[in-house]
Amino acid sequence: MQPLPQTDTPATAATDENPTLGIDQSLGNFTYDVKYDYDAGSGLGEHTVRYISDVKKEAPWLLDFRLHALKTFLSKPLPTHWATKDLENINFDKIRYYLAQGQKPKRTWDEVPADIKKTFERLGIPEQERKFLAGVEAQFDSEAAYSNIKEIVARQGVIFMNSTEALREHPALFKKWFGKVIPTGDNKFSALNSAVFSGGSFIYVPPGVKVAQPLQAYFRINAENFGQFERTLIICDEGSEVTYMEGCTAPKFSTSTLHSAVVELVACKGAKIQYITVQNWAPNVYNLVTKRGLALEDAEIKWIDCNIGSRLTMKYPGVVLKGRKARGEVISIALANDGQHQDTGAKMIHAADETTSTIVSKSISVGQGRATYRGQVHIPKHLKGCKNNTECDALLINTNSRTDTYPAITVRGDKHATQHEASVSKVSEDMIFYMRQRGLTEAQAMSLAVNGFINDLASQFPMEYSVELKRLIELEMEGSVG
Amino acid sequence: MPTLEIRDLRVALADSQDKPIVNGVTLTIRSGEVHAIMGPNGTGKSTLSKAVAGHPDYAITGGDILLDGRSILEMEPDERARAGLFLAFQYPSEIPGVSIANFLRAALQARLPEGEDLDATAYYKRLYSKMDLLKIDRKFTSRAVNEGFSGGEKKRCEILQLAMLEPAFALMDETDSGLDIDALKIVAEGVNQLRGPKLGVLLITHYQRLLNHIIPDHVHVMYDGRIVKSGDKHLALELEAKGYDWIKQELAAASA
Repeated sequence: MQPLPQTDTPATAATDENPTLGIDQSLGNFTYDVKYDYDAGSGLGEHTVRYISDVKKEAPWLLDFRLHALKTFLSKPLPTHWATKDLENINFDKIRYYLAQGQKPKRTWDEVPADIKKTFERLGIPEQERKFLAGVEAQFDSEAAYSNIKEIVARQGVIFMNSTEALREHPALFKKWFGKVIPTGDNKFSALNSAVFSGGSFIYVPPGVKVAQPLQAYFRINAENFGQFERTLIICDEGSEVTYMEGCTAPKFSTSTLHSAVVELVACKGAKIQYITVQNWAPNVYNLVTKRGLALEDAEIKWIDCNIGSRLTMKYPGVVLKGRKARGEVISIALANDGQHQDTGAKMIHAADETTSTIVSKSISVGQGRATYRGQVHIPKHLKGCKNNTECDALLINTNSRTDTYPAITVRGDKHATQHEASVSKVSEDMIFYMRQRGLTEAQAMSLAVNGFINDLASQFPMEYSVELKRLIELEMEGSVG
Repeated sequence: MPTLEIRDLRVALADSQDKPIVNGVTLTIRSGEVHAIMGPNGTGKSTLSKAVAGHPDYAITGGDILLDGRSILEMEPDERARAGLFLAFQYPSEIPGVSIANFLRAALQARLPEGEDLDATAYYKRLYSKMDLLKIDRKFTSRAVNEGFSGGEKKRCEILQLAMLEPAFALMDETDSGLDIDALKIVAEGVNQLRGPKLGVLLITHYQRLLNHIIPDHVHVMYDGRIVKSGDKHLALELEAKGYDWIKQELAAASA
């Protein structure tokens, strides 16, 4: 199976490579010609799954797992009875499910093949790694091209590698939790991921180890008509702590691209996991991701999820609060521009006494962009002393912008406390005129209003990411007025 | 010397242009001068100031506005601001989540050429010196712009912005509205501090009381969309003593 010809788009290079700008909205919008040695071809069938498993030299149990998942995927209808009909526009037969240049990620950037390396250099990944990261994994289409962890962190017993390697090197640890937080049949897209997954991070933090700097993964889609299906599993043993950050980009193709990840987190007794996403997908990407964490006794899981770009994002990070006094938090920021639909939210499943959860969601709709919030909070009757606090705020930039809120809070029993607040506000013309009278252009005024709206959330991000977020918003707003 | 010249200006609401609100105002303000426009409610004083700033709700149906001899009618509101026009709002907007310090920083950054970054250290130094000058507490600028501010705090925030942006001309729209006498004094002291050869001021007020604290060089009385009487500071006192009915009677007598 031969790869289709790739196109380089040097036309945008002049603006993309401006080093003083740092982050550009069009930053991810380029593609280089890459020769793929492994290609599962277009379309999905048993042969696709067997090809992937074979290429990865996987154990028989995993092939069985994949084949079972494929059946589940094919038997499940698209969830259009509650979700957007736009899902019907995904052509599963045209997607390429596995594309890779090699099977083993490199440990130094020098070893990464030049045609792939220049992509990550252009995205600034090696530079970020030097500056403030404990480890980096850089995935290019289906496989990691680069993966490294700083020695000081590795010496503490921390494992950080891609899932393909982890399945080979730590099969027992992997298998113990794999598919346990998010079962294959959780939804159609978790089943799809379970059938064809490749790449993604595996992290294990030993008891009591606190990883001081964040670990980062960067997911890059380069090929057209491609589906990226990474699988991430993070296990924090008792009393340990880790912060994981992921970034994503893809070039803007005329056809659609699918990104469908599954991310499972396990926080053992007293452990803390913070998972930060800043995605900046091109506007042709269907981003359908299932993310869930399991928090055992006194553990804490915090999702910070920031969604900019994509054609349709459906993502509801969740926490299953399984141990007494476990805490879950979702902080979500979504910006829907023209032609985009951000369908995001959170799930909090209380399954033990005195568990607490917090959801703060802020969405911004620009032009004809549409933001939807879906929340699910479940507190059963037999528990006591559970708390949930949900706050969702929507900001509408134009009169034709749209926002919807679907909160579902089920609380049974009388020994719990829940609170739900929602607001919708609009950037008023008076506010914009006021700012323009001080010398700001209309776009600058809009982006300042939006940054103000999310300010209390953005300040919780690590500095580098809040700066990136602010710039991304400025660039989005620049394109949206006048 | 910078000059703001308003020539036979006619203004209406943008969506009902057949009903003029400002009906032929001519006025020239030079740097260093303080002009006051007084008049009863609904005579077009606020509309005049908003139209000069380029508020999109209003349409200029005739006449011209010139800054240093150049018409600004084709300029966007933010271009007018950067060219040196400042409007202190009667009802300033709230900007949730944006601190005064960050707002002013963005406004100053917008005045720099592209690619040039504001020197943050120098900026804060200047900000704090202006705050000291205006006797404003340091904590003030970390609050979100006008959010939950009292009437007095809103005006103080406008004065601080005026001090930092250093425009050539400041249009102060009913700066005294809704203020008790202590707040009024604070605002007046602020304007007096900033008054000088590099700033021209147009004070718009309904009451004479502000003019006890800011002594104007010129006083104009606006009625029914026009300036009907001009004079020096004594005109304000005369108005205070005789009331606006005096103007109406004079006008009625003149047209009879």
